[in-house]
Amino acid sequence: MTLATVPAQHAPAGSRAALSARGLSKSFGNFQAVNDVDIDVHHGRIHALIGPNGAGKSTVFNLLTKFLQPTAGKIMLGETDITRMDPAHIARLGVARSFQISATFGDMSLVDNVCVALQRPNGLAVQFWRPLGSLSRLRPRAMELLGRVGLADMAARRAADLSYGRKRALEIATTLALDPKVLLLDEPLAGMGQEDVETMAGLIADVARDCALLMVEHNIKVVADIGHDITVLQRGEILTQGSYAEVSADPRVREAYMGAEDDD
Amino acid sequence: MIVAEDYETVADSRRSHPAQRVLVLALIGVLLLLPLWVYPVLLMKLMCFALFASAFNLLLGYGGLLSFGHAAFFGGAAYVTAHALKVWEINPEFAILTGVGAALGLGLVIGLLAVRRQGIYFAMVTLALSQMFYFFCLQAPFTHGEDGIQGFSRGKLFGIVDLADSTTLYYFVAAMFVASLFAIWRIVHSPFGMILQAVRENEQRAISLGYSVQRYKLGAFVMSAGFAGLAGSLKALLFQFATLTDVNWHMSGEVILMTLLGGIGSIAGPIVGAGLVVTLQNHLATSGFPVTTVLGATFIVCVLLFRRGIVGELRHRLPAWRRK
Repeated sequence: MTLATVPAQHAPAGSRAALSARGLSKSFGNFQAVNDVDIDVHHGRIHALIGPNGAGKSTVFNLLTKFLQPTAGKIMLGETDITRMDPAHIARLGVARSFQISATFGDMSLVDNVCVALQRPNGLAVQFWRPLGSLSRLRPRAMELLGRVGLADMAARRAADLSYGRKRALEIATTLALDPKVLLLDEPLAGMGQEDVETMAGLIADVARDCALLMVEHNIKVVADIGHDITVLQRGEILTQGSYAEVSADPRVREAYMGAEDDD
Repeated sequence: MIVAEDYETVADSRRSHPAQRVLVLALIGVLLLLPLWVYPVLLMKLMCFALFASAFNLLLGYGGLLSFGHAAFFGGAAYVTAHALKVWEINPEFAILTGVGAALGLGLVIGLLAVRRQGIYFAMVTLALSQMFYFFCLQAPFTHGEDGIQGFSRGKLFGIVDLADSTTLYYFVAAMFVASLFAIWRIVHSPFGMILQAVRENEQRAISLGYSVQRYKLGAFVMSAGFAGLAGSLKALLFQFATLTDVNWHMSGEVILMTLLGGIGSIAGPIVGAGLVVTLQNHLATSGFPVTTVLGATFIVCVLLFRRGIVGELRHRLPAWRRK
């Protein structure tokens, strides 16, 4: 039983996926890490990539962000074929990502972290002859983004001094600075306390209104709450795709998770 | 909600502090008066190496890239400037420009090949390419091999100011030194410098924000090579001498030593480090002590006692200094 990529009751009629992959495969030597994966990420929807440990979620994620090069398959960003592009290039086209280990510029203030992201689209990044004061016109926008993730009151603090949950929030703010068409989040809730999880899940749901969002996530409760489309991976292949209700009813999904727990 | 003043303070912390400006002006004043008490040639030598170390620090301290081949730019520019003065007999300012241009060109070539690699591989590529350049200098006829280029006059700056006089030369070198340090400071504290710092702190993140990080590294590499070349050109002008010593890998090692001793990632660090190393070398040259042994011992002590380098450690221990 292979379900339609987007369940009929949800699929926006005739809409193209913002990001789609067909036949995505990746092997490392003889090991087939990802095999023939099809994924569509639609504007305004949250697509969750789940699966037991070692299912190939991170590999798929890194293929989609081009941090890994696929061995076979095709990745389209809207009408553009991005299969052979480098990660910086697709970032400039509007594909933003976060990292599993939170990636901030530790020695910089929060507002500067966001300014780093704002600089490039504004053409400031290569100006080595101008003072930093020339960045001041980016600051209102940076503050706005920090405000959106609830960090405005600590804008001058060093990023390295933030708590774990706040670093992740800062990462989201930095990512949003790119005005992404597609946002890919790698385990955005991992290692967070319950309170932070709720705030972050709310934030993700809010952010996804303006872009296509794909996240790798272990927290099944959150996936059930905010995920629109779910893809379940197992051993590098798609086990099933569909809405949470459809996926969770699938006996193979239950089995995959139970099996994984036994392995642990 | 946040008000305008709140983020202005963030911008302010990036600007220079009034006390700092006074300090810088005072130091420039000292620099102007110093030749009254200290032998100007020693001071000029100090400035050449301080500039060399500052150029190196631009790459290591702010770009996070450890080059093991900076002697190629320093010595290469020295050769070109010496050749331009001796054979082409052009004005010293053009001779220096030619030297810096050569260093920039060489920096572009070596940089293009090196920035594709990271960490130790980056250092190895720069070492290998600078050694290739060393052997080129050893064989090429215009460098005169083991003899080096010597016996040329410094010429007249802009065709007017005679640089034969060491006091005149001193003020010229001092002006170039201060201007270069200002330029390096400006680059570090520019939007470009901020991206460079971001790349150093988290390269993957910078890539994911759309930065082609190799271009930024290459930019920093070429700029660093250019300033290293200026230091080499000034040294050739000062000693009227360009030899294989300046392109040898020992020189690449020496600039690393100076920079690490003084402390990376601050403007003052490499200057202090270069000052210490050059002064030690000068004093030890006439004493019975073996120079390399003493320098090596100094380095070991520094690594054990203050890993951040002299300036780095001071800044760490005196919190007031931490305001950049």
